[in-house]
Amino acid sequence: MSTTTVPAATTHGAQAGAATTSEAWRDFVAGPWCDAIDVRDFIQRNYTEYTGDSAFLAGATERTTGIWATLTAMFPEERAKGVYDIDTHVPGTITSHGAGYIDQANELIVGLQTDAPLKRAMIPNGGWRMVETSLKTYGYEPDEQIKKIFTQYRKTHNQGVFDAYPPNVRAARSSHIITGLPDAYGRGRIIGDYRRVALYGIDALINGKKLERAELDMERSVEDVIRAREENAEQIRALQELKAMAASYGCDISGPATNAREAVQWLYFAYLGAVKEQNGAAMSLGRTSTFLDVYMARDLAEGTITEERAQELFDDFVIKLRIVRFLRTPEYDELFSGDPTWVTESIGGMGNDGRSLVTKSSFRMLNTLYNLGPAPEPNLTVLWSNELPEGFKSFCAQVSIDTSAIQYESDELIRSSCGDDGAIACCVSAMEVGKQMQFFGARVNLAKTLLYSINGGRDEVSGKQVSPISPAVEGDVLDYDDVLGKFDHLMDWLAETYVDALNCVHYMHDKYAYERLEMALHDKEILRTMACGIAGLSVVADSLSAIKYATVRPVRDETGLVVDFVTEGEFPTFGNDDDRADDIAIQVVTMFMEKIRKQKTYRNSLHTQSVLTITSNVVYGKATGNTPDGRRKGEPFAPGANPMNGRDTHGMLASALSVAKLPYTDAMDGISLTSTVVPSGLGRTREEQVANLVGLLDGYNISDGFHVNINVLNRETLEDAMEHPEKYPQLTIRVSGYAVNFVRLTREQQLDVLSRTFHGAI
Amino acid sequence: MSISSSQRPVTTGRDREKPLALGFPEMRTAELAAARAGDVGRVHSWELVTAVDGPGTRLTLFLSGCPLRCQYCHNPDTWKMRDGEPHTVDQVMERIGRYTGVLKAMHGGVTISGGEPLLQSQFVAQILRRCKKLGLHTALDTSGYLGVRVTDAMLDDVDLVLLDVKSGLADTYRDVTGRELAPTLKFGRRLAESGTPIWARFVLVPGLTDAPANVDAVADYVASLSSVERVEVLPFHQMGRDKWRALNEPYQLETTRPPSPELVERVREQFRDRGLTVY
Repeated sequence: MSTTTVPAATTHGAQAGAATTSEAWRDFVAGPWCDAIDVRDFIQRNYTEYTGDSAFLAGATERTTGIWATLTAMFPEERAKGVYDIDTHVPGTITSHGAGYIDQANELIVGLQTDAPLKRAMIPNGGWRMVETSLKTYGYEPDEQIKKIFTQYRKTHNQGVFDAYPPNVRAARSSHIITGLPDAYGRGRIIGDYRRVALYGIDALINGKKLERAELDMERSVEDVIRAREENAEQIRALQELKAMAASYGCDISGPATNAREAVQWLYFAYLGAVKEQNGAAMSLGRTSTFLDVYMARDLAEGTITEERAQELFDDFVIKLRIVRFLRTPEYDELFSGDPTWVTESIGGMGNDGRSLVTKSSFRMLNTLYNLGPAPEPNLTVLWSNELPEGFKSFCAQVSIDTSAIQYESDELIRSSCGDDGAIACCVSAMEVGKQMQFFGARVNLAKTLLYSINGGRDEVSGKQVSPISPAVEGDVLDYDDVLGKFDHLMDWLAETYVDALNCVHYMHDKYAYERLEMALHDKEILRTMACGIAGLSVVADSLSAIKYATVRPVRDETGLVVDFVTEGEFPTFGNDDDRADDIAIQVVTMFMEKIRKQKTYRNSLHTQSVLTITSNVVYGKATGNTPDGRRKGEPFAPGANPMNGRDTHGMLASALSVAKLPYTDAMDGISLTSTVVPSGLGRTREEQVANLVGLLDGYNISDGFHVNINVLNRETLEDAMEHPEKYPQLTIRVSGYAVNFVRLTREQQLDVLSRTFHGAI
Repeated sequence: MSISSSQRPVTTGRDREKPLALGFPEMRTAELAAARAGDVGRVHSWELVTAVDGPGTRLTLFLSGCPLRCQYCHNPDTWKMRDGEPHTVDQVMERIGRYTGVLKAMHGGVTISGGEPLLQSQFVAQILRRCKKLGLHTALDTSGYLGVRVTDAMLDDVDLVLLDVKSGLADTYRDVTGRELAPTLKFGRRLAESGTPIWARFVLVPGLTDAPANVDAVADYVASLSSVERVEVLPFHQMGRDKWRALNEPYQLETTRPPSPELVERVREQFRDRGLTVY
């Protein structure tokens, strides 16, 4: 693996930062991280594992609750209007806005996306139409001058993509067999290694990028090299702007952070720079708590902070992460409901040396859910292993029971692919921090694909021929081998069309909306993945199972289009740990992955796929006709890899074990499961509930389950929240891969959540 | 609260008029022999459950067939043995074996429930033996009515008994279940003598089992059993109603409502008064 040399001030003794660096790094155990950018090495040599319980944690101070109260007083207006405020004149860049504060005198960590809290910026590089639609939705008039710039003078990503899309992609897109492509919004799912700014300071990072540039300058000027040089120049420019932005808040981040507060602040500035100029679907944070713990532990040992102050730093940091805002359209909200930003923070996990990466700051980060109350952001993600210290496992389970705000991902699986410094972007996409990024690919609708294969490529709703004409199913009863063969054939077309679309999208995104700051916080040589995705897996598995094990008769309309099915007899369904149905689901995942792998990808990115829907399971279902499993036209799919509602009748664990069988090697961008259990379904006493939830997570983990959202909720609570949203401003619920304020979901989404299986009633 | 006679006439359900079949009338001879030996049993369903049928997350095996006809039964579809699927012990153990590691990681085990599992006591004995060989925690969910069928060797393989004491008064018991109370009382005492841990269960049905005197009788009895670890007062619910309808069985509790929180609390307090741990 290539590492980037850090010409840190120590190696360039003449620079002003020399003394600062040795001062900043006092008492740290030296190692390769001192000579080249290697945050993982720094963490491994310097962190202190914590194996105790949560008793040491400090509650919220008056300062903290005061700042949070200022914001919570603003939330009702934001919720009512959809946005609190928008700056309609100045598009967001790293340095576009002057300093902004919530309560300047009391903030420990400073920095806002614009000059005022909850005021959203326009970020038109992704596409002007999205900006304009958003403005009009919320009752704002676009600034004519800005409109002119982004429609006449400056081409956007959206325009670029539509210049390049071939007709088959457009057809697949408008028939909803491929949906949610990031062709009109920022792709996101790139994690800058924001820790680098705290550990090394901006100047060292710029020097590092300059050395990379020197390497590039030695190569011949061919297309790849020219692009890399331009990107490198943009990265350096972004780092310089970041320094200027920090300076506007009175902070000099040219050198490394010298204490815990600075470490949090420097790291936050880096993240803030990214969200000031990128409206990515998921703007994830990475894996920061244990890194920050090194600074917390040193300050605590030096006696310069108390536990209370350490917690305040986390609380203040998290307050800032909770108010990241982007300008988005109602259509976007249908796909990703509840205004999510996916400030995903990965916590815990095991190190390669067998020590866990749990520190006191892992607890502090989770403790923000108590000090500030539950919230969907940051998207707190525990990398779970049954080897984690018991005290931490119990605390996680307790927080889940109290807040329903945590998701869990298999550290075992993630470590196997990303090592022990991996983090989750968005919901379930694991990547090695600073060394890997992905081209986010939304997903295809596999249930619709199955219907296309039955109908010879005609859309079951519109009747239009979308994919090339192929033989439709004949006869009165569907034959499993016949349908499977046709499905396989249709997938060939789908995979080609899909990857074509993604190649266009990411070519243009790199060109017109390049994430220069996030990429400045990456190595020169990185792994890029082409993250494809599938939706409707359980509908397809159950439908194929019905065709195989029961009798399915197609019902045709007057044009011969199959529009419904009559299914007689029993058939096994996905989600009951029944191999007959589960093997079909596995086969479908593998089939599609193999077809994706055959496609040539932009920048030779590595093919991956996810089984994840976010909240788009509802819109996908809306656009899909009757299916052979008995699902009616328009009914939502199950979210992610979930079994269909009510068909998993053997308990929450059996349902999870079916999902755990899906092969990670063919779905390395993640497999999402959402489980809801009523509190009494976990045990009679709190201790019992905690122990049983830990047991369930361990059981799922050793069965190679990849991801699970845990909600511990009563149905009545949600029903009451629908009627009286004002009573539940902070009610948080995990949906597919993220968490939302329940009251901010659309009514349709709320009903979908309510219709799902609540495990454990009597 | 008194038991209203108008609400519950003396039960005259078809099943109660004639002797209940405890054998295997609907099976063929070969199957009958296998069933007698306990090599084959009738299984209604299985489920992986948390915190309801014993500690941790468990595999609960519901066997078919029950000699009782409880008025409040929420699984009347488990009454008749012939409605279950025949399974060999090996088939059942294949399912259990699949979860052995996971069940241990979850501090759970296997619970055998029903129906009344002791109706197929030989089958149950074989499963319990093999679960113990796998190192799994075992629980038996029973009314105790057929406790006499539990041999001492079988009892050694049971780590926990979920003992359903449906009533403390013989008359009420007969009214609720159509059977006698005495065998349950006897079985419970035997469990206490052998030191087998018990979780006692009592289903609270307004107008049927809620009379203070009846609850006192249950509580006195349960308190007398030294190996009782906890008491679970289970409030009656109507989730079984549809099953009665589907089976076309006369359901006496059509209009009965779940007990009020106050009533549940009163009954729990009656147990707590005797120093019991009550949920």
